Amino acid sequence: MKGSLKRELWVVGIFALAGLVVLPLLNTLAPVGSALHVSTFTLSVYGKYLCYAVLAMGVNLLWGQTGILSLGQCLFFALGGYALGMHLMLLIGKLGQYHADIPDFMVFLEFPKRYPATGGLPSHWIPFRNLAFALGAVVIVPAAVAAAFGWLAFRSRIKGVYFSILSQALTYAATLLFFRNDFTFGGNNGLTDFKFLLGQDLNAPSTKRSLFIASVLLLLGTYALCRWLTSTKFGLIQRAIRDSENRVLFSGYATADFKLFIFVLAAIISGLGGALYVPQVGIINPSEMGPDKSLEAVVWCAVGGRGSLIGPILGAISCNALKSYATHAFAEQWPYFLGGLFIFVTLFLPEGLVGLPARFARLRRRLKPPSAPTP
Amino acid sequence: MTPPPRQFILAMEGVTKTFDGFRAINGLNFYMDEGELRVIIGPNGAGKSTMLDLITGRTRPDAGKVEFGRDTDLTRLNEYEIARLGIGRKFQTPSVYIDHTVEENIWLSIEGRRGVWACLFSRLRPSDRDRIHEVLETIGLTDRAASKAGALSHGQKQWLEIGMLLAQNPRLLLVDEPAAGMTDDETVRTGELLLSLAGRHSIVVIEHDMVFVRQIARTVTVLHQGSILCEGTVDQVQNDERVMEVYLGRKKKGQSTAP
Repeated sequence: MKGSLKRELWVVGIFALAGLVVLPLLNTLAPVGSALHVSTFTLSVYGKYLCYAVLAMGVNLLWGQTGILSLGQCLFFALGGYALGMHLMLLIGKLGQYHADIPDFMVFLEFPKRYPATGGLPSHWIPFRNLAFALGAVVIVPAAVAAAFGWLAFRSRIKGVYFSILSQALTYAATLLFFRNDFTFGGNNGLTDFKFLLGQDLNAPSTKRSLFIASVLLLLGTYALCRWLTSTKFGLIQRAIRDSENRVLFSGYATADFKLFIFVLAAIISGLGGALYVPQVGIINPSEMGPDKSLEAVVWCAVGGRGSLIGPILGAISCNALKSYATHAFAEQWPYFLGGLFIFVTLFLPEGLVGLPARFARLRRRLKPPSAPTP
Repeated sequence: MTPPPRQFILAMEGVTKTFDGFRAINGLNFYMDEGELRVIIGPNGAGKSTMLDLITGRTRPDAGKVEFGRDTDLTRLNEYEIARLGIGRKFQTPSVYIDHTVEENIWLSIEGRRGVWACLFSRLRPSDRDRIHEVLETIGLTDRAASKAGALSHGQKQWLEIGMLLAQNPRLLLVDEPAAGMTDDETVRTGELLLSLAGRHSIVVIEHDMVFVRQIARTVTVLHQGSILCEGTVDQVQNDERVMEVYLGRKKKGQSTAP
C-alpha cells in the first residue's frame, strides 16, 4: 500500500514538473520550428485535456469512490463553463460583429425589444460584468443544481441504475433548455468569440500559457483534495457506502447526507474544470452538456482505472489525445472506436491503465522459468 | 399472555404489516427482557426478517406499536436514528466493507459522532485503538487486524460483522442467521460468542439450524404466518403439537392457523 502511494506521488511530481515548468519553458524558450518547441496551440490543447481530467476526477469521486454512477456530470462542467463564459461575453464590449454594447447573439435575437429597460441585456446577466461574481457563480450554480437534484434523489433512496438514468435525463433536459434562444444563453450557438480575460488578450500566447498553468494547478489541487479525502474517516465511509451501503446506514450513518456532500463536491470540481475549459477552447454551447459527453467522461474513468486517483487523469488525457488523432484520421468511426475501447477495458482490463504494471508483473512472474531464484 | 409490565427492552404490540395484500406480520405481540438471548425460528415466509425490518426502521408497520426501552417509539424513526439508539443489526449475508482492513471495519462502527463534518476531521484516537483491540479480541480476529475484510473466510466475515455491531456498543443486537454457510466448528464458535455476549447485551437471533438453536437457546419463539405460534424452551417448542404441524405440514392444504 505504502509503496503504491509513493509511486503515485512520483507520477504526480513528474506531472507537476512537466506541466508547471518544462512545457511552458519549451513554449517560450525553444525556438519556433525546433523539435523541442511546444506551440501555443498545442499548449491550449493540452490545457483542454487537463480540464477534462478535472471533470474525470469529479466522475471518479462519485463512481470510483462512492459507487454512484452519474451520467450527467457534464451538466456541471458546462454550467461552470457558462458562468465564466457570460463574464467573457460581457468583456467583448463593442468589438463584436454588431459593435453593440451587448453580446452579438442578443442583438441578433432582438433582445433590445424584449429587455428595453437594460438596453437588451437580461437582468440576470448584469452582475456577470463582475469577475468575482462570475467566479462565485462558477462554484455556486453547479453546487446548487447538484444539491437540489441530489437532495431529492438521495432522500428518495434512488440508487444504482435508476440514479444513473435520472442524472442522464437531467442533463438531457438541461441541454434542451439551453438550446432554446429565449433561455438567454445564446441557444444553439452558445457563447463564443471571446476576446479578453482580466484585461489580457485571450489569444495572446502569454494568456494561453497562463491558462494552461492554471489548469495544471487546478488539477493538482483537485488531486490533493481527493488524496486528502481518501485519507480521512470520511473517505473510508465513502468506499464503505460503495461496497455495502446498508451496513453503513445500519451502523448509524445518514448515508444520504454523505452522498449529497460528495455529489455537490463533484459538481463543484466539474464546474471549475468547465470554467477553465471555456477560455482555452473559446466556446461553450449546449452540446457540451449532452448525455454523450457525460458518457465519454465515464469511459475515460474506466479506461484510466476507476477507484484510483490518477487513473481518471491518465484516462482523460489518453482518450482525448487519441480522439484528437482519430477525429482527424477517421472521424466517422470514432464513436465505434470509443465504444469498443470501453468494452475492451471492461472485459480485459477492469483496473484500467493504472492496473497495467501489476498485470505485467504477474505475467512476467508466470513466464519466468521455475528454476530462477526469487528474491 | 398477561399485560406487560414496562421494563422490556423491546415490546411489539398488535403489529401488522401488509405487502401487496400479503400479511407478512399479523397482529404480532412480542416482548423481550433486558439482557435476554432470544431465538426466533419459523418456516420460510413466517415474517422473521420482516420483523427485524420493522424494529430497525427499514419498513414501517401498518398498525401497532414497536417500542424500545422505556418509551422510545421506533416506528417514527429511520434506520440510522434507530442504530444510534443502540440497536445493531447483522444481515443474513455477511455485509462487511471488503476493501477496508478488519481494523478499519471496526473503526467505522465504533460509537461516536456520525456527521459528515465530524468524519472529515476525526482521527483515530488511542481510546479508539483500545476499543478496536478489545472487539477484535472478543471475535477472535486479532491476528487478522490488518487484512482486508474481503480476504476473510465466510465465517470470519460473519464474526467481523458481529464485531462491528459490538463496536457500536448496542443495547439490543439483532442477528439474522449467523450460522448460515458456516462449518460445524465455526457454528459452535459462533454459538459460544453469542452466549458470551448475552447478559451484557440483549440479543435476538434468527436461526434455522436446530443444532445451533439447541446450543444457544434459552427461550425460543416460533413465528408462523406473521404472528407468534408459541414460546418456550427448545424442548417445549419441539414437542408442541402446533409447531410440528407447521414444520411437518400435517395439516390439510388450504387450512390456516391465522385468525
